[in-house]
Amino acid sequence: MTSAAPPPPSPPAGIPVTEAELHAYADRQLTPERAAEVAAWLAHRPDEAARVRAWEDHKRELRALFDPVLDEVVPPALQRASRRPAPWSGRPALAAAAALLLVLAAGGGGWALRGAHDAPQLAAAPRASDFAARAAIAHTVYAPEVKRPVEVDGAHEEQLVTWLSRRLGAPMRAPHLQSLGYALEGGRLLPGERGPVAQFMYRDEAGHRLTLYVSNEKTAAAPTAGPGLANADLRPNGDGRADTAFRFASEGPVNVFWWVDGPFRYAITAPADRAALTQVAAEVYRQLAAPQP
Amino acid sequence: MSDDLAPWVPRLRRYARALAGNRDDADDLVQDTLERAWSRAGLWRNVVDMRAWLFAIMHNLHVDALRRGRLAVVAFDEDAADAVAPPPQAARAAMLDLQGALDRLAPEQREVLLLVALEDMAYADIARTLGIPLGTVMSRLSRGRERLRLLLDGTPSAPGGDAVRLKVVK
Repeated sequence: MTSAAPPPPSPPAGIPVTEAELHAYADRQLTPERAAEVAAWLAHRPDEAARVRAWEDHKRELRALFDPVLDEVVPPALQRASRRPAPWSGRPALAAAAALLLVLAAGGGGWALRGAHDAPQLAAAPRASDFAARAAIAHTVYAPEVKRPVEVDGAHEEQLVTWLSRRLGAPMRAPHLQSLGYALEGGRLLPGERGPVAQFMYRDEAGHRLTLYVSNEKTAAAPTAGPGLANADLRPNGDGRADTAFRFASEGPVNVFWWVDGPFRYAITAPADRAALTQVAAEVYRQLAAPQP
Repeated sequence: MSDDLAPWVPRLRRYARALAGNRDDADDLVQDTLERAWSRAGLWRNVVDMRAWLFAIMHNLHVDALRRGRLAVVAFDEDAADAVAPPPQAARAAMLDLQGALDRLAPEQREVLLLVALEDMAYADIARTLGIPLGTVMSRLSRGRERLRLLLDGTPSAPGGDAVRLKVVK
């Protein structure tokens, strides 16, 4: 496709014109003197001149296509984001998560104070409540999402369950909570304290979201020897597995119900009262304890 | 810099729209950019060129998003793409429109092309914004423009042209 440009009768510029200079010419980024030389050079080379003209045309067309965005009304969310944020007033979810962290930090301070008098009890307990806190933060971050509350939606439940089972190294199930008014919206994989965590998201008719947060200690990156796992909270059951009774925690705007069953930890989080959460937790526990279909 | 990034928002939106190809992803990108800019407001007094700084934040977020696969991207091989044959004459009626053609550029070529076209940014400022050498800016601009021309007009680049091809240093 070599274009046989007619040889220029008399080269007007002594210095050869580079490809970069042609672009700079099209973009008006040359000095006026050099621009004049390039213009004279182009006058004898119709093929090159056509290329440069096409670049200029496309540039104009791009402006015509996207300049109307400049005149669009800026959406409220962007107006807000363009103003200096007050402390902790970013996106609502992040603000809530931040508030939650503050509450937890304050709680941790409480532990530390108490620990001064009561050291032995302190050893592991805060560690276990970290799990509830993480579940609550995960809930607070994702539940307000409008567009992307989940990575895989409930319509693809089988895919979701297969994926999360593979990543958590154990068969997962998404409990069915329709009888309690919650429909499965989907789920996502999250980084937990030491490995993958599954989050299933449900939604009731009023649009309130409930999340089930599940970790498998067996897929944790590090062994749980030493002070890692909150053994103070755990008691071995008949099978030698550790499990716990249901635990309840109020984490700012949401409540969390959590428990340990063998290597698995579960947390249910929602902006619902304790009685409602107890019901959900009991149902989830019942379904998960039932033999696999 | 005052307590307000609002004057920058329309231009950030324009660039993001062209970059992301749709309004939702574009405005998400703008919002993330503003939030990150505020989170680093302590650095503003050291920023010489606010525009380059803001666009650099957007560039980094966009690259992250592409890497995470959040934004749909056509798998791309820069060299393979440059080798695309021009469409046959008969197919020219169905030539891509501008947005379609833009979407087919390599993301890194698209960025350079858009900063030039929409922002009239000086090449040196583009190099600073994208954190790449000036030579790379020029090679991406050149490749991007030629590819766009090929996609829109169906005319292949003129490798035998008289202009001296610069050796591209990446």
